[in-house]
Amino acid sequence: MAAAETLERPVGTDGRVPTLQIEGLHVAIDGHEIIHGIDLAVNKGEVHAILGPNGSGKSTLAYALMGNPRYEITEGTVTFNGEDVLEMEPDERARAGLFLCFQYPTSIPGVQMGNFLRLAVKARFGDKAVKTFRRELQEKLRLLKMDQSYMQRYLNEGFSGGEKKKAEILQMAMLKPEIAIMDETDSGLDVDAFKVVADGVNAMRGADRGFVVITHYNRMLEYIKPDFVHVLIGGKIVKEDGPELAVQVDQHGYGPIIEEVRARGEEVELPEEGGATYAREEPAARHHDPFRSHGRTAI
Amino acid sequence: MATTIDIRELPPAVSVDPNRERMLREAEKELPLEYRAGWHDELKPIFTTGKGLDRDIVETISKMKGELEWMTEIRVKAYEHFLERKLPAWGADLAQINFDDIYYYIKPTEAQGKTWEEVPEEIKNTFDKLGIPEAERKFLAGVSAQYESEVVYHSIREDLEKQGVIFTDMDSGLREHPEIVKKYFGKVIPYKDNKLAALNTAVWSGGSFVYVPKGVHVQIPLQAYFRINAKNAGQFERTLIIAEEGSFVHYIEGCTAPIWSEDSLHSAVVELIAMKDATIRYTTVQNWSNNVYNLVTKRAIAYEGATVAWIDGNLGSKVTMKYPSIYLLGKGAKAEIVSAAFANSGQTQDAGGKVWHCAPETTSTITSKSVTKGTGRAEFRGWIKIYKGCRDSVSAMRCDAMLLDKECYSGTTPVIEVDEEKVALGHEATVSKVGEEELFYLMSRGLTEREAITQIVNGFIEPFTKELPMEYAVELNKLIALQMDAAVG
Repeated sequence: MAAAETLERPVGTDGRVPTLQIEGLHVAIDGHEIIHGIDLAVNKGEVHAILGPNGSGKSTLAYALMGNPRYEITEGTVTFNGEDVLEMEPDERARAGLFLCFQYPTSIPGVQMGNFLRLAVKARFGDKAVKTFRRELQEKLRLLKMDQSYMQRYLNEGFSGGEKKKAEILQMAMLKPEIAIMDETDSGLDVDAFKVVADGVNAMRGADRGFVVITHYNRMLEYIKPDFVHVLIGGKIVKEDGPELAVQVDQHGYGPIIEEVRARGEEVELPEEGGATYAREEPAARHHDPFRSHGRTAI
Repeated sequence: MATTIDIRELPPAVSVDPNRERMLREAEKELPLEYRAGWHDELKPIFTTGKGLDRDIVETISKMKGELEWMTEIRVKAYEHFLERKLPAWGADLAQINFDDIYYYIKPTEAQGKTWEEVPEEIKNTFDKLGIPEAERKFLAGVSAQYESEVVYHSIREDLEKQGVIFTDMDSGLREHPEIVKKYFGKVIPYKDNKLAALNTAVWSGGSFVYVPKGVHVQIPLQAYFRINAKNAGQFERTLIIAEEGSFVHYIEGCTAPIWSEDSLHSAVVELIAMKDATIRYTTVQNWSNNVYNLVTKRAIAYEGATVAWIDGNLGSKVTMKYPSIYLLGKGAKAEIVSAAFANSGQTQDAGGKVWHCAPETTSTITSKSVTKGTGRAEFRGWIKIYKGCRDSVSAMRCDAMLLDKECYSGTTPVIEVDEEKVALGHEATVSKVGEEELFYLMSRGLTEREAITQIVNGFIEPFTKELPMEYAVELNKLIALQMDAAVG
């Protein structure tokens, strides 16, 4: 990728192999390539924002990193702490310390949130973690201003948009990932819930954790200050810079960036919806979104 | 005018135990790796009628039990009906049952024990392994343990006995309370009902007789456990439960058998009678080995204001055909049938429920959950009839099927016949698979594929599991995990 070489890329702070390293990643869904070669390096202690208009491949990147089997990696490598992530099943990635905060969390009827969390914590940290589970859970529930009754509810079933996102943050807080990918966590939240979620994320920031915050909305980045900003358009990272890039996008949109890229002589594949559409909160399933309700069919 | 109601809005039938979750968690720690009840005892029975059945054998069984003439007569008439009656033309394939290759009566021991010490060592060890004495100490009001054709152990708490509660094996019930038995025996399920009810009436042995006097609440459950041991064994227990006005009883049955390559036949008849304002809860957690034909007729009568609930969990067996039914004969009577079935490769679970609304303001709910795996087959048959004049009756039927593999089969045959206009009806059926996105979501939190599927399946049948007492919910979750691990073949 000639273009990427001309950009100034953030690299590991001390020259070590980055915790999460993505190189030349191409991703296809149903034979249709969505991501056309991405390089990204994320270290613990860093917050990377990925900005981009709808349909630019942001969620595809998130699901591909977590190992959703519907997403085919056609080229490139991804390593996590030096290990080949692409050879790992989603559960192995999770146990290794990778976490995806879903944009549309799936509901699982009949599975109680509390029991599920306990299983997940046990899967990640082993039997001994179960001993401190309850105490830690109480602490996190308080932090996220969540009621104890959540634990008896079925996983995401009948949850409001805000409740779902809080539940995602709760899971993240309990699983303490090394790298957390947050896919449009700001969508579907009212101001109060937004604040709680952002506080929750900020409370988890630290030297032992890196974040990839995916959003098309700068509001999120006002609360969760990124160290690096990457603009993803048409399945490619077309511009990267410090936090000021987010401000620039917020003020001027993606137009100037697209022009810049074209001036470099590169083509930009614009999403069908056109430029940034800030207002869309819970969009109807997009053409490549596999998370449509195809599970249950009434007869 | 029929309106739709949501079955899920009806209040749960039992309150949730605070220890429940903890127990369920404990259970997850020790999941079984194989069918744990598959051993058999090398026990020489003290008497059998040999393989096959004829009139002499029917009379021999009656004579050995020292029965009164009227019972012998019913047995013989039922036997004659069994000979001329055809197997049902619908449902599971029963053509492979060789009725000449079955032992119809096997007496394992001389006498019934009132303490476990009185039970022969080998049999006692078997029930120990099945956890029955332990369960008895912990949370049961009475226990009956049947081994082959006879109840080998029986107990009931003294305080219940003092209140006039009768809980005994059916043979003793007939001997000690002939007037009650004669009044009700075969009245809910006459021997002419079907071929297997006729067979049971002809050769019945063991089972439970329960009588709860007016106003007595048996707060903790009574349990019967049925164990088949021998090859080619037939088990034909007969159970009769009578709950007098305003009384309450919860009866639980469990069952297992060794793994034999030869088929066994379990064909029970269970009759329940709930008098005015009485409640009978009848819970089954069946876990037969995969060589058992389980063909059971279960039916209840509920009088005015009475409630009958069949909570029916069907795992294991080669073929199960079972449709617990309820006649709502009095105003305001309630019927609840909740069933769960798990059909693995080579198994057929043909189950469901039937309710007849014969009085106004009656309520019924039929809820079925089936899971099929490998080449397993599950068929749900639901039948609701509301007669003319049964005004303000409410009925809801719901069946959900989950298919885990490509080759499994699930079918539903719901029938609702309504002759009265002023009723409310609901019916819903769903078929689902373990969704890719559900699996991915759970796995993305670190659960293995197997753990994730087990969670999804347990969640799917949770509406059934929550109806069970805690200890049985624990057992059921274990059995499901076992089914998830079972090799396809």
